[in-house]
Amino acid sequence: MMPVVLWTDALVFLLLAAAVGAGFQVRRRAYLLASWRRVGESRAGMAALLVLLAFAAIGLLDSLHYRPRLADANGRPANGYSTEVRSALDALLRPLRNAAEKTYSAPLATHLYARETVEQPDGTQVRLFPRLKHGGAHLRDADAEWGGDVTWRVLRGLLIAVLAGLTFAFAAVHVAARRWGVRRAQAWRNIRRGETRLAWNAALLTAGLLLLVAGPAVSLAGGYHVLGTDKVGQDVLYLTLKSIRTGLVIGTLTTLAMLPFALALGIAAGYLGGWVDDVIQYIYTTLNSIPGVLLIAAAVLMVQVAIDTRPDWFATAAQRADARLLALCLILGVTSWTGLCRLLRAETLKLRELEYVQAAQAFGAPAARIMGRHILPNVMHIVLIAVVMDFSGLVLAEAVLSYIGIGVDPSTISFGTMINTARLELAREPVVWWSLVAAFTFMFVLVLAANLFADAVRDAFDPRLAGRRNAAAVRERP
Amino acid sequence: MSLLRVESLRTSLEGASGAVRAVDDVSFEIAAGETFALLGESGCGKSMTALSMMRLLPDAGSIAGGRVMLNGRDLLALPEAEMRTVRGREMAMIFQEPATSLNPVLTVGRQIGEVLARHTPLRGAAARRRSVELIEAVGIPDAARRLDEFPFQFSGGMKQRVMIAMALAGDPALLIADEPTTALDVTIQAQVLEQLGALQRSRGMGMLLITHDLGIVAQLAQRVGVMYAGELVEVAAQEVFFAAPRHPYAQKLFAALPLPERRGRALETIPGSVPLLNRPFAGCRFVERCAQAWPRCREEPPAWHAAAAGQAVRCHLYDRASGLRHRESGVPVQASDTRCCAAGPSLPVGSGQEAGAALLEVSDLRVHFPIRRGVLRRTVGQVRAVDGVSLGLTSGRTLALVGESGCGKTTAGKAILQLIEPTAGSVRYRGNELTALSAARLRALRGEMQIVFQDPYASLDPRMRVGDIIEEGMAALGTAAATAQRERRTAELLERVGLSADMRGRYPHEFSGGQRQRIAIARALAVAPRLLVCDEPTSALDVSVQAQILNLLKELQISLGLAYLFITHNIAVVEYLAQAVAVMYLGRIVERGSVEEVLGSPQHPYTQALLSAVPRLDAAQRREVIVLGGDMPSPARPPAGCHFHPRCPRAMPQCAARYPDETLLGATHAVRCFLHG
Repeated sequence: MMPVVLWTDALVFLLLAAAVGAGFQVRRRAYLLASWRRVGESRAGMAALLVLLAFAAIGLLDSLHYRPRLADANGRPANGYSTEVRSALDALLRPLRNAAEKTYSAPLATHLYARETVEQPDGTQVRLFPRLKHGGAHLRDADAEWGGDVTWRVLRGLLIAVLAGLTFAFAAVHVAARRWGVRRAQAWRNIRRGETRLAWNAALLTAGLLLLVAGPAVSLAGGYHVLGTDKVGQDVLYLTLKSIRTGLVIGTLTTLAMLPFALALGIAAGYLGGWVDDVIQYIYTTLNSIPGVLLIAAAVLMVQVAIDTRPDWFATAAQRADARLLALCLILGVTSWTGLCRLLRAETLKLRELEYVQAAQAFGAPAARIMGRHILPNVMHIVLIAVVMDFSGLVLAEAVLSYIGIGVDPSTISFGTMINTARLELAREPVVWWSLVAAFTFMFVLVLAANLFADAVRDAFDPRLAGRRNAAAVRERP
Repeated sequence: MSLLRVESLRTSLEGASGAVRAVDDVSFEIAAGETFALLGESGCGKSMTALSMMRLLPDAGSIAGGRVMLNGRDLLALPEAEMRTVRGREMAMIFQEPATSLNPVLTVGRQIGEVLARHTPLRGAAARRRSVELIEAVGIPDAARRLDEFPFQFSGGMKQRVMIAMALAGDPALLIADEPTTALDVTIQAQVLEQLGALQRSRGMGMLLITHDLGIVAQLAQRVGVMYAGELVEVAAQEVFFAAPRHPYAQKLFAALPLPERRGRALETIPGSVPLLNRPFAGCRFVERCAQAWPRCREEPPAWHAAAAGQAVRCHLYDRASGLRHRESGVPVQASDTRCCAAGPSLPVGSGQEAGAALLEVSDLRVHFPIRRGVLRRTVGQVRAVDGVSLGLTSGRTLALVGESGCGKTTAGKAILQLIEPTAGSVRYRGNELTALSAARLRALRGEMQIVFQDPYASLDPRMRVGDIIEEGMAALGTAAATAQRERRTAELLERVGLSADMRGRYPHEFSGGQRQRIAIARALAVAPRLLVCDEPTSALDVSVQAQILNLLKELQISLGLAYLFITHNIAVVEYLAQAVAVMYLGRIVERGSVEEVLGSPQHPYTQALLSAVPRLDAAQRREVIVLGGDMPSPARPPAGCHFHPRCPRAMPQCAARYPDETLLGATHAVRCFLHG
């Protein structure tokens, strides 16, 4: 196989490297470490962080792309590579990806959701719901065996999940006991009663819940379409898992595109003042007064035209779709920096009058140095809070934009495209509800986790909440 | 029977590092018509005591024990609903910051009316009549009209009067005044204190006065309680206390005051800082900082001992059995002891008197800020923050720039350093005209002129280590290129200002206010300046810490020959530190001269009023307070003629016509007033 690094892959891993690097920075700075500890002390924050990590792991797996080697008619490797780009997640989910049906089927169904005319062995034709090619194919008598088989698979999944959960919990307690230097029973009691600095009990509980959902799902997925299939027979579970990456990429890379504008312009406007401030304010008030969707639509259509007229730029369809995804991130970023910019300008106006900034001016320190050394580190908490809060909004924005057709490429699997196709499915009779419900549930969990995490981050980093934080700590203590 | 009796009150605050016993076993009494002052430095639990009495503690606080008996009822046992009728009706409180104590969107009349409606049967016209009476009682003229105004239309002193009127609306038996004048200027403070004293006397109210200012205590209180680390350590009648404070802490507080007679000597300081209250104490809480401590002080908490009539002290020294011996064994108890000073026993008097060449010459400096209005942002007026200031300074000398807030003294200091661009005038530093220098040439001179700011919490970047903060100037000006050289210099400087070199790696929040101010001074010294503009460097600090910083500044001046432009509103500091004084009013210098000339025989009516308003410890020294009417006018619309004439007790017709010229009264003493023209 040949590794393929799409633009968004490169940026996602760059972001990951930056996050790891920032982690090391935080370890060295006491005040940052203290703030992040407070995030860890929040139960909701820890639970949300674990859910987000699970999503991020899926997204990262889906960001390792490659082109498989072509096979000849006998299945032996041939020269050359397929034009189809796959990811590590695709490889993991190959049974799901390959188990394509003809068209719609309900979750855990054994028969198609549409009647077909089938020729009987005796030559007569009947219209009936045909058996699925993959879903429940192992059952000889689908109607009789289905209930027992599903129950057995769920129980098997739960059992595996419980075993895995217990192993995990035991390992965690073991590690904790060694680090705290106490006996394992004591460590377990501490964790269970929440008498630990970080909210490990919430983390373990969330991990357990995730396992309890994942175990039966994996077990069932071996023989059924857990969330049904869509119009062309693709497994909906596979589609939703693939959508996660799109959502994460939009949520994170857009921020990356937005930050330079917001930071540079916001701080410059606040610190330099005068005509610089006037120009920057003029730009962002103008940008703000244009309806965002119009601006995005215009920019996306322009990019689409550019992509369509230069087919030679892209070796594969995946690269073309990726270019549009990246373009969407950039466009969203360029149109959404104004809010943060305004916040940073206001904060900088306040910081500029502080005496340590004036002391630096008295040393004749150049403006760029003051902005970089004194202002920037002191507004980073606002940036962090804004970035985490924006994330969920951007994931939702992708869904909306794709729904109205100016989002990602139609070939890119995303929550938005899934919801867009669900529009027609809801209009047909009988209603196909599972695509929408699957997309909605996953997106809801992702956005909820992001919002809870954002709240925890804001509580930990916002200096204005410091007083309330202490009071809350007192109330919690008996 | 006493009006209020607080019995072993204990309050604890939950903090990140465990419970803090902010108030620990405090007992005192206040009789009707009596003013009891709680005195102490910040963090000693004065305000917490008051808030506990009102049961208005923050969420993190709780009362752990004790009783607060008001008119024979235990307030701590009352249900909250009943407590609400007590607050305002029997016991009212005024706070330090008048600006945030009033609701900005309600008229003053509404806010007073609310209190009346809550605590009295007065409604409608009757309530309004009562409001007018109250407003008049606190000395606000034109009461009927001002009742319908909003808080922003009142000045700081007026707002504090409104607060007092609101507190009096329920006709309380006890008034708690928590640092009522700390946020006010000294002339306004004089007005408010006088009003407060008069009201208290005429109504026969009990008053609990919380303050850190010995002068205010001397002026207003009948009895004094000194608090230290959550405990009362001394309770005495005011005269007895001021004649002879007994507790070593109280004595040190007196000794740390900058007074004219201590000029040229190092001030006494209290080493260390108030201990953290989140741990139990085996012995006396002051033992770590006490020069007279003996082993027993570490082992056994002292009990109350009567030291004189009406004076009780919590100190082993006054234990009749054993304390006397220790008191007489050579450690003098008198406050004038200067032996423990960090900076050495005495400093040469009048050092730097030999006038060197002029280091700084400022003439006719003006800083005007345009007022812009309307869509086109047209300039419709000028705020004349600094309007023609001239002064001169030579090496090794200190010039104090004195004035109330808003008079433009800080702006003048910054304009001299070119941190604010002057509108007009000339600033010559060692022959260089700073206002005309190019940015590059000015940068080269930056190292020679540095500034130390007022607020040690805002003047250090919280995200930078102390070492980086001090090295910043050296890096920016390129005075020490190599990293090793810079680090060596940083270590030197930290030692120089009385910190240790290994504090380099710490962040500012780990230091106390005084230590931070030392770091700020080290940062300024890092680039080897000759001129230091000190912008109220001690006004945010406690008295004992202020003494440390003043000693350090004085010692640095002698050893490095620094010139100080000392901007302050604290006359006592001027008397102690400066050689020359310039008094500013509304952007102009109204009187200047040597300290002896200006402070000894002030000639301008404003200087006279300013000096008379400073609360004095010694009754003999106390002058007749010249209470100025009104507030300082806005520098955007200064009065015609002499800026001071609308408030001047000796104004003449010609004062309104034009601004008086400078009249020389001696070689150095000059005044701008027609009385001397």
